[in-house]
Amino acid sequence: MKQKLVIIGAGMASGRVIEHILAQDPEGWEITAFNAEPRGNYNRIMLSPVLSGEKSYAEIVTHDDDFYAQHSITCRFGEAVVRIDRENKVVHSNTGSAAYDKLLIATGSAPFIIPVQGRDLPGVITYRDMDDTQAMIDASSQPNGKAVVIGGGLLGLEAAAGLALRGMDVTVIHLMGHLMERQLDPAAGYLLQKDLEARGIKVHCKGSTAAILGRDKVEGVLLEDNTGYEADLVCMAVGIRPETRLANDAHLEVARGIVVDDQLRTSDPDILAVGECVEHDSQLFGLVAPLYDQAKVAAATLLGQDAAFRPVQTATKLKVTGVDLFSAGDFTDAEDREDIVFRDPARGVYKRLVIENDRLIGAVMYGDTADGSWFFGLIKDGTDISDMRDTLIFGPAYQGGTSADPLAAVAALPLDAEICGCNGICKGTIVAAIEGGASTLADIKAKTKASASCGTCTGLVEQVLASTLGDDFKMPAAQPMCGCTDLTHEDVRRLIKARGLKSMPAVMQELGWKSSCGCSSCRPALNFYLLADWPEDYQDDAQSRFVNERNHANIQKDGTYSVVPRMWGGMTNPRELRAIADAAEKYAVPGVKVTGGQRIDLLGVRKEHLPHIWADLNQAGLVSGHAYAKGLRTVKTCVGTDFCRFGTQDSTGLGIKLEQRLWGAWTPHKVKLAVSGCPRNCAEATCKDVGIVCVDSGYEIGVGGAAGMDLKEVERLAKVATEAEAIDLTVAFVQLYRENARYLDRPYKWLAKVGLDWVQAQVVEDLANRAALIARFDLSQSIYQRDPWADRATPKAQADFAPLADLTQEAAE
Amino acid sequence: MSWIDIGALDDIPQRGARVVKTLHGCVAVFRTHDDQVFAIDDRCPHKGGPLSEGIVHGHSVTCPLHGMVIGLTDGLAKGADEGAVATYPARVEKGRILLDAARLIRGRAA
Ligand SMILES: Cc1cc2nc3c(=O)[nH]c(=O)nc-3n(C[C@H](O)[C@H](O)[C@H](O)COP(=O)(O)OP(=O)(O)OC[C@H]3O[C@@H](n4cnc5c(N)ncnc54)[C@H](O)[C@@H]3O)c2cc1C
Ligand code: HEM
Ligand code: SF4
Ligand code: FES
Repeated sequence: MKQKLVIIGAGMASGRVIEHILAQDPEGWEITAFNAEPRGNYNRIMLSPVLSGEKSYAEIVTHDDDFYAQHSITCRFGEAVVRIDRENKVVHSNTGSAAYDKLLIATGSAPFIIPVQGRDLPGVITYRDMDDTQAMIDASSQPNGKAVVIGGGLLGLEAAAGLALRGMDVTVIHLMGHLMERQLDPAAGYLLQKDLEARGIKVHCKGSTAAILGRDKVEGVLLEDNTGYEADLVCMAVGIRPETRLANDAHLEVARGIVVDDQLRTSDPDILAVGECVEHDSQLFGLVAPLYDQAKVAAATLLGQDAAFRPVQTATKLKVTGVDLFSAGDFTDAEDREDIVFRDPARGVYKRLVIENDRLIGAVMYGDTADGSWFFGLIKDGTDISDMRDTLIFGPAYQGGTSADPLAAVAALPLDAEICGCNGICKGTIVAAIEGGASTLADIKAKTKASASCGTCTGLVEQVLASTLGDDFKMPAAQPMCGCTDLTHEDVRRLIKARGLKSMPAVMQELGWKSSCGCSSCRPALNFYLLADWPEDYQDDAQSRFVNERNHANIQKDGTYSVVPRMWGGMTNPRELRAIADAAEKYAVPGVKVTGGQRIDLLGVRKEHLPHIWADLNQAGLVSGHAYAKGLRTVKTCVGTDFCRFGTQDSTGLGIKLEQRLWGAWTPHKVKLAVSGCPRNCAEATCKDVGIVCVDSGYEIGVGGAAGMDLKEVERLAKVATEAEAIDLTVAFVQLYRENARYLDRPYKWLAKVGLDWVQAQVVEDLANRAALIARFDLSQSIYQRDPWADRATPKAQADFAPLADLTQEAAE
Repeated sequence: MSWIDIGALDDIPQRGARVVKTLHGCVAVFRTHDDQVFAIDDRCPHKGGPLSEGIVHGHSVTCPLHGMVIGLTDGLAKGADEGAVATYPARVEKGRILLDAARLIRGRAA
């Protein structure tokens, strides 16, 4: 007599089980298949090409009516099973029932719905089956429709690409810092985002959905950061969880999924389970490769054969036409692991191999995935790769080749990329000059003026020479920024501007960084360059700042900090002094000192007290003095015409105005100012980064002084008649320094490189340029001029400054 | 091993650290860019700098006081420098950070 096999769920896994059984024992079984969907088995993973219009539903059906009829399979499609009666071995739907000898649960997964307001509105769709796909296709038929996809993983991005191909305006909202973070490292995630953006898909990372808005149907999505996006369609693709409800109700053993043994048996030996609904050895499954292996083993178990399921490694590819991405194995860093990174910015290619004990254990590839399956084979087989290590990254076809071209970044620049910012010379002009016979830096300077002014682009011009002339040009050795790159600081600054690089992964990818996330030398520099050049686009990264700027206080040798309130122009009053005294007593501050910059320094404050003492000082109107910052420190003043009998101008007033304009600005290194009321110079203005000495006829502005390791007197930038002009020149000078100096060069060092003449041309003579510099400074200040003390007066910030846990009270058991 | 839950992974920023106070001094718990956690003594072998305040890159931290680079996995100074700090087993489970406190809490026989 035939055995009765009942299948719950006609999906990808159970389809394979049926095939294996029919192949080996076509007469032994009477098969009944229930499916909640009103159709039989189809290739679920090809829903994305259906969504994008590249395939039709008919093309992805794997088992059609003929197949079921031919094999006498009873199809109960569109009939969901609601209960399993294990005692009587019967399953029930709402309309009928079926008896079984063996039962196969293959219910797959259910999409996860984030529990936000508005999730039930019409127009909110998940992405799991043909009905969802059809709903999205229908929604996209309306002209100028807007779609928001929540979730930047595999499913969400395939949905986004499909909807975009159908003409919708698509935004992807992703919770994490980069797309597909489970499969990709940040560098590959960045390239993927760039490719998607080039297709017109907006990507919003670090976006947490607060609510879905709409009255009768969905109208928009609101994020926690208060960004809002209009939407006619919201596709929620934030993850899946195993569909275990039936098994749960039947009291089978269920953890995260339905627990099965190596033979795919559940805790009831007559019930087997396969597919995404199962949990094997604490592992869940979300890709088809292991499910097919399960199907084979489940069929064997049903047929009474010996077989055991062993999960294999899986590799991921994103099925978006034109996007090449591959990821397999484990690609986290670890001490005994080595990375081989290859970047070809021109082609948008990134490859990273992770090696442990001479074996390849992980691979991430973007842009060129041709060798993906070869690498995947090496991972699966645990092949010893020590012999081919040097050429491994070039793939199977390439053995014994040359190394990557260090000039690639410059060679890849388009001809209209600006190389010399001062003179507005682009790469094409330089290449034309070379083709016209120029062969040295001096020739180029003479013919094009490139690098003839401030000189920061010299390195780039040389690289253009080298990449155009090849071996005919010998590169002078330049000091690279750090071990992560061969480029100098100046090169990196220019390339950040010329190529519009606006994030740290963008810089590291496009400029071919050799490490995966930089080092403690390049990260603070890049963080400054990016925030100075792109104040509106770049997000300041606290973890790339030195401790003092991260904690907004100067660390002392014993790990305590110093706290310095701002005293505008060195002026204070009894109320402020009282608040400082109170705070010093309240927190038992061990040292109180008057500084050289006319401030009061509270020394020896514990880190956990910082946000509290700041809050107290804030109450009295005191704000951070930025005594720790590579930024404006102090403006020292003398008493000038207010009190002094020699004073010629209001030096104190000018100092206060300057300090109020400049505070909070980040600069390549610290910046100190002073204003003296007459040439007696009591404020010692002539050894400051910017020092103003007042005279009867106006203001003498000196720049590039120093009184530290080097002692230097200021050079005269200009003499101006009015206070307003003195402020303008100072602001323009500081902005020029912000835009051009290399990180950790004080103004005097930078000035020695670019020359006073060039600076005068920029800020004194060229009035339009002066105005533009000031405008850019003010724009940056509109974002960065914030009191860090006030920003950290929250309970959360206060907790962040305290220890994470205290185990000193933890008793022994 | 005696694992103690010391907080959520999200309490530490990526490429950052927080300290845990113990009877043997502070322990710095790091979270690297790939969401792994490491626990080492918060005292630089050079002059006792708080390593938890250093810049974290890859699986290393640069001491904030004089720039010694310490490996997070083995606690050893890198490059030409010499020195070492103690490391403690730590791991992440379901978004929580677990620290092996066998050597850290009072009176417990290790
Ligand atoms: C759009 C999309 C793209 C994908 N792309 C890929 C890819 O590129 N590569 C890859 O490896 N994987 C991909 N996947 C994942 C892959 O499709 C799944 O891993 C696979 O389909 C799971 O197979 P399954 O048999 O476990 O479940 P399913 O194929 O989901 O089948 C389960 C079936 O059970 C039915 N069911 C559920 N409950 C009941 C009930 N109570 N009664 C009756 N029937 C029920 C459901 O309606 C469903 O038809 C993709 C998935 C989607 C949605
Ligand atoms: C002479 C010694 C000390 C004095 C006078 C002192 C004073 C204070 C005061 C007044 C506050 C309250 C801040 C507020 O209300 O906003 C405070 C908070 C705090 N102190 Fe101290 N403290 C001392 C020693 C310490 C020590 C030794 C530690 C840790 C080892 C410490 C850790 C903290 C912490 C974590 C808080 C914050 C508590 C909270 O968030 O509410 N203090 N301290
Ligand atoms: S610099 Fe001149 S104006 Fe200022 S305090 Fe000294 S003497 Fe008086
Ligand atoms: S204390 Fe760490 S390097 Fe000096």
